[in-house]
Amino acid sequence: MGDPKITLAEVEQVARLARLALTDAEKEKMRRELDGILTYIDKLRAVDTEGVPPTSRAVPMVNVMRQDEPKPSCPREDMLANAPDPAGELFRVPRIIEE
Amino acid sequence: MTQDYETVIGLEVHAQLLTRTKMFCGCSTAFGAPPNTQTCPVCQGMPGTLPVINRRAIEYGIKTALALQCTVNADNRFARKHYYYPDMPKNYQISQYEEPLAEHGRLEVEVGGVSRAIGIQRLHLEEDVGKLVHEGSLETAPSSQVDFNRAGVPLMEIVSLPDMRSPEEAAAYLRSLRAIVVYLGVCDGNMEEGSLRCDANISLRLRGATEYGTKVEIKNMNSFRNVQHALEHEITRQARALETGERIVQETRLWDPDKSRTVSMRSKEFAHDYRYFPEPDLPPLDVEPAWIERVRATLPELPAARRARFMEAYGLGAYDADLLTGSRALGDYFEATVRACGKPKAAANWVLNDLLRELAGDDERALAGCPIPPANLAGLITLIEDGTISGRIAKDVFEKMYRSGEDARAIVGREGLTQVADAGELSAVVDQVLAEHAKVVEDWKSGKKAARGFLVGQVMKATAGKASPAVVNSLLDEKLPKV
Amino acid sequence: MLTGLSVHELAGRFRRKEATPTQAARAYLDRVAALDPKIKAYMTVTADQALAQAAAADARFQSGRPLGLLDGIPLAIKDVLCTRGIRTTCSSKILENFVPPYDATVVAKLLDAGAVILGKLNMDEFAMGSSTENSAFFTTRNPWDLARVPGGSSGGAAAAIAADLAAATLGTDTGGSIRQPAAFCGRVGLKPTYGRVSRYGLVAFASSLDQVGPFGKDVRDAALVLQAIAGHDPMDSTSVDVGVPDYSAELEGGVKGLRIGIPAEYFIEGLDPEVEAAVRAAIDTLRGLGAKMESVSLPHTEYGLAAYYVIAPAEASSNLARYDGVKYGLRVPGARDLIDMYSRTRGAGFGAEVKRRVMLGTYALSAGYYDAYYGKALRVRTLVQRDFQQAFERVDVIVAPTTPGVAFKMGEREDPLQMYLNDVFTIPVNLAGLPGVSIPAGFTQTGLPIGLQIIGKAFDEATVLRVARAYEAATSWHERKPELTP
Repeated sequence: MGDPKITLAEVEQVARLARLALTDAEKEKMRRELDGILTYIDKLRAVDTEGVPPTSRAVPMVNVMRQDEPKPSCPREDMLANAPDPAGELFRVPRIIEE
Repeated sequence: MTQDYETVIGLEVHAQLLTRTKMFCGCSTAFGAPPNTQTCPVCQGMPGTLPVINRRAIEYGIKTALALQCTVNADNRFARKHYYYPDMPKNYQISQYEEPLAEHGRLEVEVGGVSRAIGIQRLHLEEDVGKLVHEGSLETAPSSQVDFNRAGVPLMEIVSLPDMRSPEEAAAYLRSLRAIVVYLGVCDGNMEEGSLRCDANISLRLRGATEYGTKVEIKNMNSFRNVQHALEHEITRQARALETGERIVQETRLWDPDKSRTVSMRSKEFAHDYRYFPEPDLPPLDVEPAWIERVRATLPELPAARRARFMEAYGLGAYDADLLTGSRALGDYFEATVRACGKPKAAANWVLNDLLRELAGDDERALAGCPIPPANLAGLITLIEDGTISGRIAKDVFEKMYRSGEDARAIVGREGLTQVADAGELSAVVDQVLAEHAKVVEDWKSGKKAARGFLVGQVMKATAGKASPAVVNSLLDEKLPKV
Repeated sequence: MLTGLSVHELAGRFRRKEATPTQAARAYLDRVAALDPKIKAYMTVTADQALAQAAAADARFQSGRPLGLLDGIPLAIKDVLCTRGIRTTCSSKILENFVPPYDATVVAKLLDAGAVILGKLNMDEFAMGSSTENSAFFTTRNPWDLARVPGGSSGGAAAAIAADLAAATLGTDTGGSIRQPAAFCGRVGLKPTYGRVSRYGLVAFASSLDQVGPFGKDVRDAALVLQAIAGHDPMDSTSVDVGVPDYSAELEGGVKGLRIGIPAEYFIEGLDPEVEAAVRAAIDTLRGLGAKMESVSLPHTEYGLAAYYVIAPAEASSNLARYDGVKYGLRVPGARDLIDMYSRTRGAGFGAEVKRRVMLGTYALSAGYYDAYYGKALRVRTLVQRDFQQAFERVDVIVAPTTPGVAFKMGEREDPLQMYLNDVFTIPVNLAGLPGVSIPAGFTQTGLPIGLQIIGKAFDEATVLRVARAYEAATSWHERKPELTP
């Protein structure tokens, strides 16, 4: 086994970026599992991709656009129906502190 | 200050586009609707929803890019920019990153009579976020509320090169940029309402240095004045810090207009990791040359060019030319008036003094509601120029025209306001006034110049203002010494 | 028994007035009530709505004006597709009580065709998995062996079709999630070309890979459902504006003279010998029907899995960022502040596999790693696509195993990487965006189904279905039913 592909500190950093609360046990398990997966993914390095463009879509398409014509918006009740903490006409969220 | 510092400023401007619908869905962008009534599953970021590009937003972006002499990138695409915040429905913003709509432009900016070209690094499109509402400040409010009406409104982001060298220049850049987007009709340029927003990056370096100093981002400047003041204060702050050997921290600071200072937000030693990647839900754009040319053909005469032409063609001074080209609609109005009466200086005076005093503003909306069409104003000017009415009567006629929408000739005719220029008729009136105000005549004889004005006034009164001032004055010149 | 019939057979009964949509709906609902406690395919059964829809269909048949072949047909939908007014959970705690105010485009199209929706089907959470064991609520059983998995992520849809708990079902396929469960459950499962079917209303997992597709009791049913859901959608910018052919028209065209590619890289060590034997026998059958076999090479096959496990989690980590407790879904109470609320909600609301992929994807997109992982994977994707392009210059379709093995026991594949290897034959097809179907091609000695995969050129579902139908007509695997007693 070579160097670990991902450290515990990196797991914590990524969990922060992804806004995921992980217990200590979960973090260690995650580290092991990601390590295994990243090791597997490393086989991509063996592929010669010199001069090969990246493709993010299967079927090439360009210029898919729509006209600037208004459509009726959805009724507010429908939009707020699933809200965990509706406040009249708005969505309420807890105290926002800067990161 | 012991050292000579050079200021380096770059501005990042966000302009809300005047499309009818949002960037990626068909919800209306109309201002002022009750909260969360202009949303749909797409702009609310509900599960399974997908964006669809608003063609007009791209067009407005191309138009602005051309006006700023940018290169339009035929191949450009949208990208996702990730960060978590409650005003972000999807916790990513669809923006543009590696392949923006346009790059490498320039904007001529004039400060103190000297013109400089400020480089524009890039112009790209993205979607706006929702609005956060809370009691008190963000730090102290126990909760916040979100209104997503604004989420998804198209934004155009224009990033300058760090080419500005003074707060004055920065404010001038912003004014010029605003004038252009308003002229193009792509943005209404309202900084107070937030349809035009400006953030600045500012750093200092020793004059002659080639490396840039540490830059600080300044936010929350919602007017030209605030931009200038905030930057002036920041320069002082940074210079003072450098003088005392303090390190400038790369951070974001908010301008507090009440306290006239910038306040640090939590220090961001680490830049946000936005994890940009190309938006998989949107095929890339390929802006064909034919489309660019069609848009180019719709470009109006831009403010700077128009201003120069007004000065040259109509012999106007810089100040008046500035005001008349302040809005496209006002300039159009002025030119239409000139075309109809052939008197640019007179037209300029009437538009800038009398018309603007009455109108609610100088923009398209205000002028659309103006009761005096350019042809009518031209008609009034013509009546003055050909001696039909005096300048003073004209002021009254103007008021009446504004209230009633009638043209000058109709009002003058109906109310018998034609100027009296007949020397014989006026001679009798002057004689009468001189006779009635012997005391004033004595005052004039003893040197009180103001007395003459009073006498002129009395003649005007006696003729209900219709006497020709020129004739009255010439009669007084003749008669007064003889009394 | 109405529930044993295919869609086209049932449609025939309706037209000959030998049965009504309400009778069919009731029959299915009764069977679901009796058997689903064992199979656990359904997340939500919408009995009242189904019967109302069936009654409306009855009226249309009575007046002699049915909408089409799907009118009155009882279907069920994988719970990853939004259904207006009906809970759509994606088998996740974070959406446990989410009721969308809109229908997915494919759902709207089915409703417009008169279909009767029996309910929503269980799946791996957010479509991430190959066994349906990742459902946050319960695992669906394979009707052929209740101790085994039905495959995933469309396990509920596959099990329901195999157990006759719906006449047809809709699933989704990102890396094999229709084809693999179809193989494990011995039924037809089709993944259309990327862009053939609208993704609007499909809760996104991997945007550049996801597609909606039908499960059917036979090939003809799959063609009928595909017909109803295919087509350009202005609400989905990735849906392609290409005409929809009549998929049923060419179905019986046979395979005489057709060139079929056999990819060397799909017959690897580790392929279950019974699966290999069944697939080779199927190839012989097709040869016997007049097809010309040709060996092709898809050299980048082995890298497809690795590329997929960068691209899919990367896109997923982005698509799942919206589940944060602000506007819909779960919000864990008692949080100190916003960030605490986000983290706790997502920590509690997402299962282990979802968290793993979100972490992997976030990592792959993060500063410093983008080029090495995501950028690299997209280039390898191009190479995978080119492999197929080159092969399709010489052949019309490619035939291969669907999976390396057959349905495994629940709890048997605990290692994530082991689980991922299930999709090694299906993933490259998603990377290339091509259409692929899995059809039943035999059974193991112990009675577990084996699937045959047929892969076609972009937008050539018609040929894929034609080959599938030719094979089906020459065999009777599809007629076999699992033994199930209430």
